[in-house]
Amino acid sequence: MAVGVRTNDLRKVYNSAAPTGAVGGFIARAEAKGSKQPKTQIQALDGLSLEILPGEIFGLLGPNGAGKSTTVGVLTTRVRPTSGQAWIGDHEVWKEQAQVKRLIGVVPQRPNLDFSLTAREILIFHAAYFGMGSKQRNERADALLEKFKLTERGNQMVRGFSGGLLQRLSIARAMMHDPQVLFLDEPSAGLDPQTRILLWELIREYHSAGKTVLLTTHNMEEADALCQRLAIVDHGKVIALGTPGELKASIPGGFLLRLRFSNPTGELVQRLRELAGVREVIASDGVGADIYADRGGSLIPGIAGAVSSAGAELLDVNISEPSLENLFLHHTGRSLRD
Amino acid sequence: MNWKAFGAMLARDAHVARRNAIQLFLQTFLQPLLFVFIFGRVMVGSGYMPVAYKSLLLPGIIAISMVFTGIWAVAMPLIAEFQWTREIEDRLLAPISVGWVAIEKVIAGMLQALVAGLVVIPLAWLVLRPGVEISIPSPLTFAVVILLVAFFSACGGLALGCSMNQQHIGLMFSMVITPMVFFGCTYYPWSALKTFPVLQRAVLINPLVYASEGMRATLVPQFPHLSLTAVLIALVFFDLLLLVVGLRQFEKKAIS
Repeated sequence: MAVGVRTNDLRKVYNSAAPTGAVGGFIARAEAKGSKQPKTQIQALDGLSLEILPGEIFGLLGPNGAGKSTTVGVLTTRVRPTSGQAWIGDHEVWKEQAQVKRLIGVVPQRPNLDFSLTAREILIFHAAYFGMGSKQRNERADALLEKFKLTERGNQMVRGFSGGLLQRLSIARAMMHDPQVLFLDEPSAGLDPQTRILLWELIREYHSAGKTVLLTTHNMEEADALCQRLAIVDHGKVIALGTPGELKASIPGGFLLRLRFSNPTGELVQRLRELAGVREVIASDGVGADIYADRGGSLIPGIAGAVSSAGAELLDVNISEPSLENLFLHHTGRSLRD
Repeated sequence: MNWKAFGAMLARDAHVARRNAIQLFLQTFLQPLLFVFIFGRVMVGSGYMPVAYKSLLLPGIIAISMVFTGIWAVAMPLIAEFQWTREIEDRLLAPISVGWVAIEKVIAGMLQALVAGLVVIPLAWLVLRPGVEISIPSPLTFAVVILLVAFFSACGGLALGCSMNQQHIGLMFSMVITPMVFFGCTYYPWSALKTFPVLQRAVLINPLVYASEGMRATLVPQFPHLSLTAVLIALVFFDLLLLVVGLRQFEKKAIS
């Protein structure tokens, strides 16, 4: 039976540097009691609530430092939340850790494979930690090595493996004990396109066996291609939630035209707002404006006219179609890559 | 308690130790054997040291070998696994509570320390003979002492390994290991410090003192040594202290 994942009002404040891959949102200086030195506090999660349905591929999308890895850390027993609860199925993560660990498989952002073992031994010892019998774990290790195209490398130490090989083996290891929920933290970061596509196929195949998958990414294409539902996370909070299609449809108009011009005036912004098809105009720091509209290129003549009649000069126009990138920009005023 | 997971982790450590057997052997035994050779054979043979020094030296050498094997076997992999390869995460995600992952490390280190102690006895005896007069009048007491010594060394490794940063390994040697060895009553009995009364009191905070004196009390009781009761009480105290500190530090490292 498929298992869901739920969090309720998770908060996490790191009192020192956050672990790699979980560097949280914003840094605040707070006076620590009884200490002369002000302590650096990092609020990584700020009331994050989520419900991931059993058997769903769910994506956490957001820029670096949004709190994605910290969320995964809390759900996988590696980061203790400052407050709030998290559940895997019916088990509360911070009360029933051992039961939770049986249900989950984790692919970390940075490979953490056992460098003292060969690829095959890594899989076999991992299964042994989960109490799998000797015959079963040998068979399953061979099957996974085959599936991940690692059979030839099976008896090599992993020390010299390339990034792509390490990542494939990390995923094979996470699947070794057949977990109900698979966590993947930035699974395709730094992978070549070919490996990325292989990886997507493997994730889809695992999901089709009735498993729940939670992945974090800041790659739009990946979120769009793989996830059934997405939460967009920023500053440790969910700022938008839905299917990729629903989220994209929530962008006013759908199209985004980013303009740059010289000598912008308030009058110009007003004129742009009045153009047919324009839903929203957000002026940005005196050098340009973002226009959300229901059409793209066909707006250009109108825009050019408005700009010249306001005495300004158009320097740059960038038209993008509905995308999660635009959605993020719309909600936060920042690009995902910022 | 998940014994299957615990056993599998021990099997993993045994497998890795087997794979690195030659390296481990040289790391553990080369230094004590060279020391035994120079002080026990060269210095005694040339008349600078009395023959009796051979028997006095052997228990200290056993203590050093055990304690540093235990510390090393637990601390060094932990420093690397927590900070560099992060490979411990695989075991932290095994269906067992985090504290047991630390206990497994301690048991693995303790077993290595015991092997080191039991192998260095005949090796050193071969290098030193003739003239070594060791006897084990009470094998049970000896067993208790070496178990307590192995346990505190592995717990010490846990505490050190989880408190040190990778860049401080060099400092650990000069600030912790070296003073521990020289003020550990390893090359001389504790009573030899009586002309330095302050130092004689100060070295009592060094657990290696009780390891060396305990070995002396059980292997060469003819030489002066601390009372066995005091040694046992102190070893139990350090075992518990280092275990508690080690577990706390481990949890701090394992869970952010």
